[in-house]
Amino acid sequence: MRNAFIAELTELAEDERLITLLADNGIIVYDEYARRRPKQLLNLGIAESNLIAMAAGMAGSGFIPFVYSIIPFLVMRPYEFVRDDICYQNRNVKLVGIGAGYAYSTLGPTHHGTEDVSILSCLPNLTILSPADPLETRQATRAAHEHEGPVYLRIGTGRNPDVLDGDSGAFTIGRARLLREGSDLAILSHGTILSEVLVAAKQLERQGISTRVLNMHSLSPLDSAAVVAAAKEIGTILTVEEHSIFGGLGSLVATTLMESQCGDANLKLMGLKRRFCESYGSVEDLRKELGLLATDIARAGAELARERAATKQTSRAAGAADVRQIDQADIQPAGTHKA
Amino acid sequence: MTNSSTCLDPDIAASALRLRQMVLAMAVQAGGAHLTPAYSIIDLLTVIYARHLNLHPGSETDPDRDRLVLSKGHGCAALYAILAERGFFPVRDLKGFCSAGSKLGGHPDMHKIPGVEASTGSLGHGFCSAIGMALAAKLQGRSARTFAILGDGECQEGSIWEGAMAAAQLELGNLLAIVDANGLQGMGRVENINTLEPLCDKWSSFGWDTMEIDGHDHAAIDAAITRAFNVTGRPTVLIARTIKGKGVSYMEGEAIWHYRLPNETELEQACAQLGIDDLNSVLT
Repeated sequence: MRNAFIAELTELAEDERLITLLADNGIIVYDEYARRRPKQLLNLGIAESNLIAMAAGMAGSGFIPFVYSIIPFLVMRPYEFVRDDICYQNRNVKLVGIGAGYAYSTLGPTHHGTEDVSILSCLPNLTILSPADPLETRQATRAAHEHEGPVYLRIGTGRNPDVLDGDSGAFTIGRARLLREGSDLAILSHGTILSEVLVAAKQLERQGISTRVLNMHSLSPLDSAAVVAAAKEIGTILTVEEHSIFGGLGSLVATTLMESQCGDANLKLMGLKRRFCESYGSVEDLRKELGLLATDIARAGAELARERAATKQTSRAAGAADVRQIDQADIQPAGTHKA
Repeated sequence: MTNSSTCLDPDIAASALRLRQMVLAMAVQAGGAHLTPAYSIIDLLTVIYARHLNLHPGSETDPDRDRLVLSKGHGCAALYAILAERGFFPVRDLKGFCSAGSKLGGHPDMHKIPGVEASTGSLGHGFCSAIGMALAAKLQGRSARTFAILGDGECQEGSIWEGAMAAAQLELGNLLAIVDANGLQGMGRVENINTLEPLCDKWSSFGWDTMEIDGHDHAAIDAAITRAFNVTGRPTVLIARTIKGKGVSYMEGEAIWHYRLPNETELEQACAQLGIDDLNSVLT
């Protein structure tokens, strides 16, 4: 995904307003960009607070800065600068966080991007994009460039499996992507873990559970219509994220459901619950430890779908009883109702 | 009040006095303000706007305009007063300072106030944004210059030194930082809390051209700014030794006046010292 981002950025830098600002991350991977756009790349050193505020100042003078670093260093360390200088001032700056979720799986919690959405999704003016694979990363990068205003783009590193097929349609900020249609269960997810979700959906299919998969690549604004439609049409929603559920997609979906009077939908949130993953290994190793592999997702999905089916049966029975009570009331003789 | 200053221009001296009158009237009207942090920068602002800053009503979005960023945003009453005096908005608007419906809050908002380049208030931000503005002008080949006004207490923020390193590395000769070195911060004397001295040496060791002046001496301010922009290839910092609360004797150098508003007796005394006959007529 990182290479896809940089390749797209190199193309977009035909726009001379675009300037890429680094915080000393990206040796080698920016070589081609540097060769082609030498005047549009600056490494401002390991000083992220200054970097963010400088980008705001440059945006005020007509530049479109793409500020690139590892997620915790880009948005957590200088958080107040992101809030005041980028969001409050509504500057046309693109923050590109590398290492979403456990992409830096060997480097420990200091390098994990697992709370960034929580702290950023509450900020006014900020668009948050979380693409799922290299193709979508290129699309999201282009969308970020076209969008006038602050954008946070969170991406994985290295080789990430393809999630989109070739005919994936347009990438639109604020519009979820339907990856798979289904009627028993809806799984809403974002980022690279969608590859696990798609495998889980196939496993569920084999169990006779038809699963709708929505790629919520736009976390802010969230496609609330897609969330509400999933609640009304299916009624059973599982959110899956390689991120904290507190403030992450799960919370955003739960808030949307409650605000849209869809609180009766069955909802389960899969993700992190206030814990650091202090293990090392591959991304899959960490997902395994945290119960976020395809088999875990399929298990949770199946359980949720069965619960929903059971609830539906119970409510059908309860609904029938209600109707009977009304019928009895209706047939009471006139004049027997108390005022 | 300006007796200690070298008289550069009687109009500038008169303007500085009028700004002090306006700031007092604003603070009283609002029922509170950062009075003394505004008073320590009034002479600096007066000279900058009158003689150096290429920014005028109508040129607020001109890409070639000079930029001034008040990094110590809490001194904004002084900035509002000079912007009003120079015609960016009517002087009568100052009456709304910190009131409901006014564009003039306790910290400056770039989206509401013509002539304000950055919304500041949190220390250590505006200076770094100003560096971005100076870098943009350099990369674009524009003649625009950038002024940033910092507090000395603000220099305790780590981001100031991140920015100081970057600006020197980027050889931003079009950038002038002015440190309002009044020696006081919110809770007392800088030297007793987290000393910055030797301040000139610190900036110098970060690669900046440095000058130290009396920040109330109009002629010295004028000469230093002229010299600063003749320096090429590196940024300049002006360490302006100032008196917090300059202009009202009992406020001068007293930390408590960072927040306080004068009582009735103190107000009469302040008016007398600032030559105010009728405080209500100052903002008309």
